[in-house]
Amino acid sequence: MRPYYLLPDISQPDKTACTLPPPDVPLAELPPADLLRADLPLPEVSEVDLVRYFTNLSQLNYAVDTGFYPLGSCTMKYNPKWHEDVANLDGFTALHPLQSAESVQGALKLMVELQNYLSEITGMDATSLAPMAGAQGEFANMLMIRACLAARGEKRTKVLVPDTAHGTNPATAAMCGYEVSTLPSDAHGNVDMKKLDAMMDDSVAALTLTMPTTLGLFDPQIEDISRIVHERGGLLCGDGANLNSILGKVKFGDLGFDCVQLNLHKTFSTPHGGGGPGSGPVCVKSILKDYLPTPWAIRTGQGYEFIAPPRSIGRLGAGYGNFGAMVKAYAYIRTLGAEGLKAVSEDAVTSANYIKEKLKSTYHLPYDRTCMHEVVLSGKRQKMKGIKALDIAKRLLDYGFHPPTMYFPLVVEEALMIEPTETESKATIDAFIEAMRAIAREVEEKPELLHSAPHITPVRRLDEATAARKPDLRWQMKSQR
Amino acid sequence: MQLPYLPNTDADRQAMLRDIGVESADELFHDVPAKFLNVPFHLPAPLSELELKAELSHLAQRNASLNDYACFLGAGFYHHFIPSVVRHITGRSEFYTAYTPYQPEASQGTLQAIYEYQSLICQLTGMEVSNAGMYDGSTATAEAALMACRITQKGKIAVLSTVNPAYREVVGTYLSGRSIPLVNVNADVKGLPADCAALIVQQPNYFGYFEDLSSCVKKAHESGALLIVIADPISLGMFKSPGEYGADIAVAEGQALGNPVGFGGPGLGIFACRKDYLRQMPGRIVGRTVDAEGKTGYVLTLTTREQFIRRERATSNITTNESLVALAATVYLAAMGRQGLRRVAELCYHKAHYAAEAIARLKGYSLAFNQPFFKEFVVRCPVSPEQINKALFKAKIIGGLDISHTIENAMLFCVTEMNSRQEIDRLVKVLGAFQP
Repeated sequence: MRPYYLLPDISQPDKTACTLPPPDVPLAELPPADLLRADLPLPEVSEVDLVRYFTNLSQLNYAVDTGFYPLGSCTMKYNPKWHEDVANLDGFTALHPLQSAESVQGALKLMVELQNYLSEITGMDATSLAPMAGAQGEFANMLMIRACLAARGEKRTKVLVPDTAHGTNPATAAMCGYEVSTLPSDAHGNVDMKKLDAMMDDSVAALTLTMPTTLGLFDPQIEDISRIVHERGGLLCGDGANLNSILGKVKFGDLGFDCVQLNLHKTFSTPHGGGGPGSGPVCVKSILKDYLPTPWAIRTGQGYEFIAPPRSIGRLGAGYGNFGAMVKAYAYIRTLGAEGLKAVSEDAVTSANYIKEKLKSTYHLPYDRTCMHEVVLSGKRQKMKGIKALDIAKRLLDYGFHPPTMYFPLVVEEALMIEPTETESKATIDAFIEAMRAIAREVEEKPELLHSAPHITPVRRLDEATAARKPDLRWQMKSQR
Repeated sequence: MQLPYLPNTDADRQAMLRDIGVESADELFHDVPAKFLNVPFHLPAPLSELELKAELSHLAQRNASLNDYACFLGAGFYHHFIPSVVRHITGRSEFYTAYTPYQPEASQGTLQAIYEYQSLICQLTGMEVSNAGMYDGSTATAEAALMACRITQKGKIAVLSTVNPAYREVVGTYLSGRSIPLVNVNADVKGLPADCAALIVQQPNYFGYFEDLSSCVKKAHESGALLIVIADPISLGMFKSPGEYGADIAVAEGQALGNPVGFGGPGLGIFACRKDYLRQMPGRIVGRTVDAEGKTGYVLTLTTREQFIRRERATSNITTNESLVALAATVYLAAMGRQGLRRVAELCYHKAHYAAEAIARLKGYSLAFNQPFFKEFVVRCPVSPEQINKALFKAKIIGGLDISHTIENAMLFCVTEMNSRQEIDRLVKVLGAFQP
């Protein structure tokens, strides 16, 4: 049942969903009245009403546990249940970050080992788990690059970002005071080498590159790209959003990257939680190691402890990063081992290419070449019939599938970016392909079905323009006093 | 044999490769220069769920859990009671295995829950608008500082020296990106340094006592700066909200609202402000609207502030936040309600005062400050806190934070509703064994 009400609608005075003990100490004198609040206008609900409300809300969500979620660039793979159980062990959740290091040796050991695994997986020299999401990892990388160049006595002012990049790349460069120069792609979806050659001068601090690119393509020119950037005194900053396609097969360090941020909530199967918590470790070559965020977990002769790297960019958060995600990623890597990780990327890439082959006669394929873990199709044929990528995406919901990422990367017209991941069976993928073909037939035969889609979701298309023009962002409850 | 987490059989793989027109998966990697492909990876041999559960349980047991020790440690991370209902809701996989709600028709559960969250946070902080959350309290503070610079077009941030030092460091890191100076000021400072975009204050402060927020607001506004208040959300069950003092931006660490201390993460960065600043806010915001049939629904809104639309001109690079932690905070606040949160705050207040008074009566111990406090207080000890904490740990007590680098032989204690009178008495007894 969809709840059309909000918490205040089921609130009644004196209800509560939690009982608390009376004070077991003598009552202290209250502080001066001007410090106290007169009332706290929060809803008052019973436990049963609360549970039904949120349970009903949960059922309005599409999730990995309810179906196929081929959201490109988001790596919505299945999240193994037992990882949740171990991450919720008392000895991991009921720990205070300011406890003595001796009293948390198990947690520190897990962190140091995970750092080592991630360094090995990326072919880097050191890893910090401090960033709390991928975008914060990007921020850390960019600050480290800036500090490293400053130590060389260089003040470079620009960062190159390909036109296919995630929005976080330019946003991060700007947060670090850099001017962003957009590097165009060539006709094959690779970096335009002539443009790189022209743009890469001594004002450029770094090239931020997602590899494989957000077009789901591996750029075969990677060695030349790395050479040009490094020869001219810049650094090559990796965005590891697409690690799932080369996991256990290729190392970022070997490709020439100086640093890369990962997303444990994508590649290493920690759940997305409806938008977080994530975890965005940074893995770096030795030239950046001294700049890693503070604090950093290390192993010493006596055990494990936190230190501040000598030229650290500083703290990124009050704690050490999202420890809960680290436990799950650790469990994931240890379950799969090197061979398992390799099988992950091979299956992910196989599934994406299978979808590409099966759909390329139905939908326009802007870059007709082998793809990696995701395939970017274009709805431009359908667009000529008046159907947008958005309509196709919404119609997929009627077929029981979460839509792919739409309108990204920006260089592809009517983009539909499909990332199946390795945890989907051939049977599921076949059903998805069939749905995509059926929708393409509907474009010809019953286009009105697409214009008005979705039909069976809890709500129909929403009025986003009004939402932005007249923001209604909260309810209000009046004080009872 | 089927590999873990991979549902396809070899027959499935062969069929797919055949349809693609290749012999092996390796052929699909032909764009990768050969020397980089299939290099060795040195990782431990894979283990089964059964074996790894045993190993991880063993690792977990090597940590001193707050459920086995009496905990008097706070300083930004707080051990509070979590009603079971919270975990049962956040443990529903429709919530925790969903992505960011970019497709509203398939994400109404998450979206409506965020709308509830934003509303509850506004009620709690007394502010007009809230976003869907940031990484933690410290990054919320840093983002607030950057927002203040955008709003005022000024290039400096002032922070009271009584703000949690870790928070000051994080703000410093974020400001360093744009080379914005961070200036420490004392509470008794007459006016702010020139060109300050904001004054950052923590209430109650790092040492546990209440700042004179009315005078901070005045000081900030008189010099054309915004006031950013870092609040303790549990204290707001009892104490005046940042909004009531006239704060411009309120931030807080939301972990205490229904989430375990979790070794410091994930936390939740609460971020709320005045309506005037809505379009300069960082992070996601959910709005209520209607669908094509006129039915109420919820969407991500004002997205032109965000990186995926605005790129280098976005208000922040934040994307993934701490949505599930925000859901826990939502359920927690709803479960506690108007009276429950006040009761939690009162329990903290009375127990902390009971503990402080008992410790202050011990020979050689004294309270470092005599201002009103909530649940944390600083004690001057007769010997080094390090020595005391070792003795406490032996007695199954995690003692206060050693802040002797700031105040000689001082410890910052925290008492919450989790501490029974017996625990407090045990603490006092161990402390009493140390004489000047």
